Amino acid sequence: MTKKLEISASKAPQIGPSQFQLLEQLCNATAVSGDEHEVRQIVIEQVKLIADDVKVDAMGNVLVTRFGRGENRVRVMLASHMDEIGFMIVKKHDDDLFQFERVGGIDERQLPGKAVLVGRDHLPGVIGAKPIHQTTTSERKKKIECSSLRIDLGPEIGDKVQPGDRATFATRFEILGPSLRAKALDDRLGVATLIELLKYAPPNIDLLAAFTVQEEVGLRGARVAAYHFNPDMAIAVDSTPAYDLPTWDEEDQNTRYNTRLDAGPAIYVMDRGTIADRRLVKLLSRTGDEESTPYQFRQPGGGGTDAGAIHLVRTGIPSVSVSVPSRYAHSAAGIARIDDWANTLRLLHAALGRVTPDLLAGERRD
Amino acid sequence: MNDILPLLKKMLSAPGLSGFEGPIREIITQAWRPLTDELSVSKIGSLHGLKKGRGEDPRKRVLISAHMDAIGMIVTEIKDGFLRIAPIGGIDHRILPGQPVIVHGRQALRGQVVQPPGFLLPESVGSGPVKMSYLLVDVGLQPEVVSEKVRVGDLVSYAQAPIELTGEALAGHTLDNRVSVAATTLCLEELQNRAHDWDVWAVASAQEEVSLGGAQTSPFEIRPDIAIIVDVCFAKGPGATDWQNLPFGGGVGIGFGPNIHPALYSRFEETAKTLEIPVQKDLMPKMSGTDAMAVQVVADGIPCAVLGIPLRYMHTPVETVSLKDVRRVGRLMAAFIANLKPDTLDQINWEA
Amino acid sequence: MKSLIQKLVETPGPSGFEYQIRDVVRESIGDAADEIRVDALGNLIARKGEKAENGMRVMVSAHIDEIGLMVTHVDENGFCRFTNVGGVNPLTCVGGRVLFMDGARGVIGMGGVERGKMPKLTDLFIDVGATNRADCPVGVGDVCGFERPFMDLGKRMVAKSMDDRIAAAIAIEALKQLESTPHEVFFVFSTQEEVGIRGATTAAYGVDPDVGFAVDVTLSGDTPKATPKMVTALGNGPAIKVRDSSFIADPRLVDWMVKQAESAEIPYQMEVLTAGGTDGHAIQMTRGGVPAGCISIVCRYIHSPSEMVDTDDVENSVALLVKLLSEPIELG
Repeated sequence: MTKKLEISASKAPQIGPSQFQLLEQLCNATAVSGDEHEVRQIVIEQVKLIADDVKVDAMGNVLVTRFGRGENRVRVMLASHMDEIGFMIVKKHDDDLFQFERVGGIDERQLPGKAVLVGRDHLPGVIGAKPIHQTTTSERKKKIECSSLRIDLGPEIGDKVQPGDRATFATRFEILGPSLRAKALDDRLGVATLIELLKYAPPNIDLLAAFTVQEEVGLRGARVAAYHFNPDMAIAVDSTPAYDLPTWDEEDQNTRYNTRLDAGPAIYVMDRGTIADRRLVKLLSRTGDEESTPYQFRQPGGGGTDAGAIHLVRTGIPSVSVSVPSRYAHSAAGIARIDDWANTLRLLHAALGRVTPDLLAGERRD
Repeated sequence: MNDILPLLKKMLSAPGLSGFEGPIREIITQAWRPLTDELSVSKIGSLHGLKKGRGEDPRKRVLISAHMDAIGMIVTEIKDGFLRIAPIGGIDHRILPGQPVIVHGRQALRGQVVQPPGFLLPESVGSGPVKMSYLLVDVGLQPEVVSEKVRVGDLVSYAQAPIELTGEALAGHTLDNRVSVAATTLCLEELQNRAHDWDVWAVASAQEEVSLGGAQTSPFEIRPDIAIIVDVCFAKGPGATDWQNLPFGGGVGIGFGPNIHPALYSRFEETAKTLEIPVQKDLMPKMSGTDAMAVQVVADGIPCAVLGIPLRYMHTPVETVSLKDVRRVGRLMAAFIANLKPDTLDQINWEA
Repeated sequence: MKSLIQKLVETPGPSGFEYQIRDVVRESIGDAADEIRVDALGNLIARKGEKAENGMRVMVSAHIDEIGLMVTHVDENGFCRFTNVGGVNPLTCVGGRVLFMDGARGVIGMGGVERGKMPKLTDLFIDVGATNRADCPVGVGDVCGFERPFMDLGKRMVAKSMDDRIAAAIAIEALKQLESTPHEVFFVFSTQEEVGIRGATTAAYGVDPDVGFAVDVTLSGDTPKATPKMVTALGNGPAIKVRDSSFIADPRLVDWMVKQAESAEIPYQMEVLTAGGTDGHAIQMTRGGVPAGCISIVCRYIHSPSEMVDTDDVENSVALLVKLLSEPIELG
């Protein structure tokens, strides 16, 4: 495929109306792990005019290459996952209600009383709950278990929904002042960021963008994508929780916020899956300092990104992750700041422009 | 088609715990030798059988992966002539007391799992279930003889003999997953008389029950274009009635979920329809719990299908299947493979 | 050998931050290897020997990382909250001392735990002697190891990171003593084992061995009320692993190792471990699969600041490793 569209590499990407529109389209699409079709179509449509190569692999990853120009280009893989947490319909009961299972980590307490969309046709349904009048005190002390909940699409749904169909929360994208509110910000923010970076890819690198599948069920797509690309280095671009909420006990301070909104992109030092390569951590923090772009270090600890799979492929790939902070991940609606997203895009673009072969010439050191 | 029961019974009588598949591999080797063009053993003990297709070189490759390893136990300590044990693979300790076993020491020793009386165990055990670490194995020999014949690290396998039940049902230990090896054998037999374009790589994989070790390594060596994973799946039975459980003897489970390529799912469903073989959609919303978890993510990814033989009482010594379902899987796979044309891979994509 | 061990165990090197310990290993090997390289994850790979007709490519893996802590938050009074790097037991943290990679030091304190209750890591903090956030010398993402000097008790030795520096010492010593081998041996000093056997995963892919051995510590069953119950004991010789929770050693290799130990009259014990993993897993699972085994050094109080091994076990482990690497490997 030949490149049909050139955008000046010196220009920096911006967040504006067309980026919001793209993010809206991405967040409102359904792409539960294992069935990423809708987001895949959007991604392919977006990148086909700017890419040198677009490939859909055996697992459904979209693997996009955009070559730089000149000598000694570094092969940089960026990875964002297309899939989201959601549901699979597993059984139709005699009362025309549907039993479902969760796909990915969803707290059961987030389920009752929510609107959902089922299947490729986005059929509307609801997850109800027993009337409070008929519950006992002891019942109200227990979680409502997922296995007792049903999705109701009305009495005449007939055969339009089948076991195996996927469903998501029905939340529609909206902008609330300085914030974005949507389902699946994890990781459509990353997907949108990668698309913008592809458009404005700096010439000093070959940009290998992996739009991955099945991150939420075990970082599975990223592993084969990294094997395919065999890059010199990799950055996972994801969305990570901000738990910057008050503590109940006034005397306690919140020391476990993970990230905070308005503090800029979150650079990873360590999570459950990866101990980041410090050369890349420093590349990012130095870039932020020099460009006066705010950033924060995500609190080291649990959680994980596609980097966890990527860095262990073949003989090892120096890797780091950057996330847009977002509150209420893995629920019906997250909230993120537009500025944090814009600064993530800005930081990554500037950092990619600074990548040289020297960066990785020595040994991994602190 | 040959009667599969004799081979199956022979396989069920052979040890072959995860990581120690030697004895079962020998039996499968004999069964597959006349049915394949080449046989080899992977570096960690999986058996690879190649039956060449008639298409032009280079031919596409389809992998059939059926794990041959069994769950069991391993000796951790020898105490006053009794053996203490730990599991290899997932064993519910509550089914162990009183089970006949074979201890594979310097010679095979028959014995049984014993549950010591509560007053010899920590008080916390009470009348509740007894953890495996508290159970003992008694082989009926004096302590000094036991110490001579058994050492720490020796294996302990179930000794329950296969039992033929009514209605072509078979019970026994390790039907998981020797029935799938039997189905693969039937498929190879059927392919003797059917032309097929693709190379068929039949793999009896090692170490599924502990690490998916065979499934991670053999495809890396073979690099198939697509893979069919055959394993047992959950049949409806006492206490097992929810959506995960398929009717017993009700036909082949075809896996559906993230581990499975949707185009292969559809192709199997259509093939079954043509052959009038009953099938059931086996939903796997997250992981399949089979070799497909490993095969799918080998190298740059391999499209997988998962076929299941509904089985009751999984991981007990009295697992039960319907032989009808075993034959159905064999026939379905053979037809599926015979239908693979040189250009079929182009139709196995994500944009359908 | 004790001075080598002391140097190795006293150098900090939590998972992912192995550059100092890697330099110590490189220096200790000196010119005893034919070639030394370092891969993307920081594994140091020292090659020795040429492959003879009856030889193989053999990987020996000893991990050089250790458990440690990483700062997650510095509060306004200069106290540092932290998370674990690898399997850290809160019980053995309290009152402990830590050493940061850049030399800063601190002690571990605890708050909010009722008497008689077990502390969680989130109940603990590091006090580096700062008076407020501004003068705290460490920040979010800084990593430290436990600080505890090497203790020589004669027949027994104690240190914070016997797991797995004792294996690194054994591998270095074996590399030096190995005079003639039919094999091309790759001594891998691997990284990030404690966080999930990561370094050995990429090292094994790169080395592409025909056979591999991990060298690691294993639990002992010879202390009062030891759990889990094990037959392994200090002083009974190197343990030949049958299985752990990460892999089942290749039975052909296990038999061969037993034969070699017996023919060289080296004492040995058999090991069945129901908890814990080793680099053997990574070797076995790489590429098309590799027969893998493991020599274990029985160790008391693993993942505490006072891990204890037996000097004779260490010497016998060197002898066994040298023996294994000197002979053609028969897989029967």
